[in-house]
Amino acid sequence: MTPFVALLRKELRVYFGGPLWYLVAAAFLAYTGFYLHSDLVYFLTFGFGMNIMENLWQLVFFDVRLVLILSIPLLTMGLLAEERRLGTLELLLTYPLSDQAVVAAKFVACLVAVGALLAATTTYPALIYAVQPFALPPIAAGYLGLLLLSSTCIAYGLFVSSLTSSQVLAGFLTVMPLFLLWLLSWNEAAVGADTVTILRALSLFDHFQSFSVGVIEVRDVFYFLALTAGFWWGTLRVLEARQWRGRR
Amino acid sequence: MGSPGTDAPLIAVEQLTKFYGATRAVSDVSFGVGRGEVAALLGPNGSGKSTLMRCLIGFFSPTSGRVLLDGRDVTMHPVRERSRIGYLPEQVMLYPELTVRRYLRFVAGAKGLSGTAARAAVEHVIEACGLGPMASRFAGTLSKGYRQRVGLAQALLGDPDVLVLDEPTVGLDPMQTVEMRALLKSLARCTVLLSTHLLAEASQLCRRVIVLKEGRLVADDTPEGLARRLGWTNSVVVRIDGPPEDVRAALAELAGVSAVESRPEAAGAGRTWVVRTSDARDVQARLASLVVARGWTLLEIRAEEPTLEDLFVRLVG
Repeated sequence: MTPFVALLRKELRVYFGGPLWYLVAAAFLAYTGFYLHSDLVYFLTFGFGMNIMENLWQLVFFDVRLVLILSIPLLTMGLLAEERRLGTLELLLTYPLSDQAVVAAKFVACLVAVGALLAATTTYPALIYAVQPFALPPIAAGYLGLLLLSSTCIAYGLFVSSLTSSQVLAGFLTVMPLFLLWLLSWNEAAVGADTVTILRALSLFDHFQSFSVGVIEVRDVFYFLALTAGFWWGTLRVLEARQWRGRR
Repeated sequence: MGSPGTDAPLIAVEQLTKFYGATRAVSDVSFGVGRGEVAALLGPNGSGKSTLMRCLIGFFSPTSGRVLLDGRDVTMHPVRERSRIGYLPEQVMLYPELTVRRYLRFVAGAKGLSGTAARAAVEHVIEACGLGPMASRFAGTLSKGYRQRVGLAQALLGDPDVLVLDEPTVGLDPMQTVEMRALLKSLARCTVLLSTHLLAEASQLCRRVIVLKEGRLVADDTPEGLARRLGWTNSVVVRIDGPPEDVRAALAELAGVSAVESRPEAAGAGRTWVVRTSDARDVQARLASLVVARGWTLLEIRAEEPTLEDLFVRLVG
């Protein structure tokens, strides 16, 4: 077993062996399930017979995205903050594990935990497909978008978690900016035209737009991957800071 | 156990300096530890012991200088060399949600062991560290003594060449301390560098003492060698029933005796004398013969050696 796999298994055991993931999963599925119901009612009332991708699934993806940004911080906040608080980080970094392997194992474990939540929501299109078949590739593109958005949010949450030994602080500092970005993208009319241009360029959510209608834009894929890599790089620099801070 | 000054030390620390920002924690420290040797890193709190150890295990990179493990630079390849070092931090922190066995399996995996080899290694260290009854307990429920044992068990996993133990008995109660020291003594075949501020521990476990003060190395020797270097003489305390003036003169004339002092009168027969010498054992033998030859009565004779505490205070005080 490579040291990376050992740490990944331990992280997965922490997620799936404790109550947190199951509580998050229950809330996640309850909220997304409610959204599916309400979006379906909307579609059947106003958009029936029109494009199902734009009039149903786009709304569902937008809503799943909102529940995701509220759920991911709960799963990332403890990743490094808890190791710091317990003092286990020092011992972890004395094993034959590079800092990159530590960050990678934690990131992948969280991506698996979030991926499992997303996988559970595939029952929604499956149920509707059973009643009325529709084109599946655009749905796959939407899920790819959700996964890329999740990886960026996880990398950001992991970065914030590396900065503090307080899980609550890490959770707060992860959820607030994500929620703010969502708020801004939700009502762009509330800000000026120039600001909208900047926000669109920066916003996680505008880059998700094309995925939500089943289109994969290479620049959007690149955007999410670049942001993920950036936060990953930041996390590594924070771990490295022990060299001059003299603390864990 | 090897002797100090082995030709090719397993651990070689060369002119190691470590700054944290503008603060110098370790300053130009060099020493070597031979294969199989058990050495103590002694120093008051804040003397740089933990920093030095963390550089040694590749957790920190030194600002300058290097650490060689069997000739290979730990600072150049910290991840690779860490697999040859077992480290017990000053405070052993464990994952409360894992049982002892599960935690040790994780560490075995993190050290590159897998399958049956990992399971066998874990069971071996559980046995060696007396963790059998606790193996299925969650780490969060263990006493400090058992946590320390789990810390030692995880350090021993992977069969490391070198054990680096930061204050292995700190915070333990007297019984746990005795048990931990017995455990450490049983690791005779390992090369061990342990830090401590307990001198009794250093003198019990180690034949080699490296003393740090304010990040600088102030001594590196055996406890006896330190005593010699500091010019400390041993003493023989002797209680003789005989004419005091004759006794004083005869003691002063004995070969190897540098000074004779009288201790204040105590109750009972005879008078107590302190004889300063560089070789307590030979002087004791000659002294006993002298007393018999003169027809006096020997009531007590014992050697008094300077304790490590005395040496330590002199070095870092």
